Amino acid sequence: MALLEVVDVSKIFPGVRALDSVSFTLQPGEVHALVGENGAGKSTLIKVLTGVYKPDGGELKYQDQPVQFGTPMDAQRAGISTIYQEVNLVPLMSVAQNLFLGREPRNKFGLIDRGRMDREAREVLAGYGVTTDVRRQLGTLALGAQQMVALARAVMIDAKVVIMDEPTSSLEPREVQTLFGVIRDLHAKGIGIVYVSHRLDELYEICDAVTILRDGKLVHTGKLADLERIKLVSLMLGRDMAEVRREGATAFSGAATGDEQAAPVLRVRELNSRHKLHDVSFDVRPGEVVGLGGLLGAGRSETVKAIGGAYHLDSGTIEVDGKELKKPTPVRAVHAGVAVQPEDRKAEGIVPGLSVRENIALAVLPRVSRGGFVSDAKIDEIVDKYMKRLRIKASSPDQAVGDLSGGNQQKVLLARLLATDPKVLLLDEPTRGIDVGAKAEVQSLIDELAAEGLGVVLVSSDAEELVEGSDRVVVLRDGVVVGTLTGAEVTTEDLMSTIATEAPREH
Amino acid sequence: MSTETVAARPVVDSARLRAWLPKYGVYAAIVLLVVYNIFFTPYFATWSNLRIQLIQVAPIVIVALGMALVIGTEGIDLSVGSVMALAAAFIPLYLGYGVVAAILVALLAGVAVGFINGILVARVGLQPIVATLALFVGGRGLAVVISEGKLVDIRNADFLYLGSGDLIGIPVLVWIAALMVLIVGFVVRRTVFGRRLLAIGGNRPAAELAGLPVKRVLITVYVVCAVLASIAGLLSVARIQSSDASSVGLLIELSAITAVVVGGTPLTGGKVRVLGTVAGALLMQLVIATMIKHNLQPSTTEMVQAVIILIAVYVARERKTR
Repeated sequence: MALLEVVDVSKIFPGVRALDSVSFTLQPGEVHALVGENGAGKSTLIKVLTGVYKPDGGELKYQDQPVQFGTPMDAQRAGISTIYQEVNLVPLMSVAQNLFLGREPRNKFGLIDRGRMDREAREVLAGYGVTTDVRRQLGTLALGAQQMVALARAVMIDAKVVIMDEPTSSLEPREVQTLFGVIRDLHAKGIGIVYVSHRLDELYEICDAVTILRDGKLVHTGKLADLERIKLVSLMLGRDMAEVRREGATAFSGAATGDEQAAPVLRVRELNSRHKLHDVSFDVRPGEVVGLGGLLGAGRSETVKAIGGAYHLDSGTIEVDGKELKKPTPVRAVHAGVAVQPEDRKAEGIVPGLSVRENIALAVLPRVSRGGFVSDAKIDEIVDKYMKRLRIKASSPDQAVGDLSGGNQQKVLLARLLATDPKVLLLDEPTRGIDVGAKAEVQSLIDELAAEGLGVVLVSSDAEELVEGSDRVVVLRDGVVVGTLTGAEVTTEDLMSTIATEAPREH
Repeated sequence: MSTETVAARPVVDSARLRAWLPKYGVYAAIVLLVVYNIFFTPYFATWSNLRIQLIQVAPIVIVALGMALVIGTEGIDLSVGSVMALAAAFIPLYLGYGVVAAILVALLAGVAVGFINGILVARVGLQPIVATLALFVGGRGLAVVISEGKLVDIRNADFLYLGSGDLIGIPVLVWIAALMVLIVGFVVRRTVFGRRLLAIGGNRPAAELAGLPVKRVLITVYVVCAVLASIAGLLSVARIQSSDASSVGLLIELSAITAVVVGGTPLTGGKVRVLGTVAGALLMQLVIATMIKHNLQPSTTEMVQAVIILIAVYVARERKTR
């Protein structure tokens, strides 16, 4: 008996057929991978399953009964829980309150029984590897722990189907393993899981079955173990298998472009920030890509932001092209030639309501204006140049950036940075959450920019990307530089072992 | 066959209507109301009536323009009415030094209030509604103290020309409002300041990281808003030919916010609709005028205004959710 069945479901938006007679079956106790590039229809399918969208055609069956979910609440009551990329809990409430939101245990006066709630929350969360004070505000927890709370909540409300939309995108490897432990428990309990992820390793580790979507159509469904990796990638991309094989895992050329003799374009010395960074020092020469390696919370993003003037430093010096960047602020950093691509594209990168054109020109407005009045011709020149160079796909430069795909949003952001003519480019997870095609384009762009003499700092959680993209990798752990990989050492194995080596305790 | 076309059409139309309404609904409402009045309201389509309506709406338009800019940064300015009162209080004190001096002092009062608002919002980091609430309360109090709580008649002919004079058959007041509309529209569309303002309203952390002088832009926005309010204040004094700090600009912040919202500028920032704001102010003015001409109670007028605000907010909300 199938747990959840989607039969020939279609969903049409003005101008787009987001789902075109897609069928999909989830068995009890199955971990079912749902994969596809951005725009393939994964999100739309999830929204149909969870009652956010009403399908325009086809049928939904839940435990062999035809169902219609009018609202997300209906789907939740029926036992379909969703855990989104962005945790959707209440950050200002305590962990326990979040866990029991709407179903708080009552005492005999009908009031909330705080003691019992906290106790039960502690017990439940221990099973998910979260051992924190459950009275803490949820928002003060690390993202990974928050996600575990979301998962615990989903399972607690008697879910029969749990849908996970890129659950590991903000987790550390250790947390990923905890998550997988939980998934295996759910699997044993007969709960069906729909697992959406871009990470192939994870899929093969945890999933039983796979459904591949491309351009709103179903291209493959079946056992994952029967499907070769290369075949999976080619089905997702719809490209020739031989072509995929030839390209390798990333689009980086692998050739070192740094000039060993040249003076560093970025010199970072003994950056300190309370609890986060301790004496972080490194150099970047022109044409060099320096990777920052390490686990989540190792201080990579903090380092990048501090150099960009957007993170508080207690001490340390930053030199750009031989000139010291004193009291860094974003304004001074941009002026000095530092361009930062923040990790969170939506929250800190793009301005979604403004057009592609406005977004690209944003940081260079004074340069494209005279006496405070902007010149359309000058903006068009820049916008045209970078839209072509980065192959930004938009219906026109006037399209709102919020309507573009993740990959194109990222390219718009990069265009804005490049328009400032930076000397140093700091990229924090440049390919996160973008489709495979755009990822390859961004990676080869990084190579190109370095070849042109730009100093690049690359932060990536994707070890392969980091290793293949960087000429050197500075490895951070708990805000301390624990090693630098150069030349032949720049491999995923060396990276892992450097991260894993026991650090001498300072405290 | 025919049922299919009937079934298919409303779907397309409602989707198009939803995209169309928040943008052009306010203009359509004005046209409807004007057409109604031409046919059913005696003496509506007369030159003198049009004059009265435009003269009455001009100060609201000027204040609403500044409000639209502030709302574009995801802020709000409650202190505009008090700024008008301050400007009104200074006018009679400095008219003795000449019209220009009096106007300059009134504008300077606006700059000062705007600067304080801007500092509180941008540097201290207060929420705009709280920051401007302080001067909403304190500003009018100060104005009443300055004017010693007296109503002062203004007799300076040059100054009164601003409020009751004509230029090529059109009231000076209306010319000034039109000029402000043009300037603000130009600033939003064509200047570095305008573009930065929208970016800050659209995504402040992104604007900060991109190296925009966020604090400077925010302070400037509040100064511009307050200066516009002080212009509206001195024009109001010139029109009613007397200065009364306790009544000039009373509740105008609500009219201004209404005009901005009805005109389709979202309270979430990142967008400023200058012409929409003008249309919003005109629409509310027309509604009031229509009600008065048909001898309806002010209470009825207020309820109709409330309904229009709700419709405007609802229409804008529809657009956001999709």
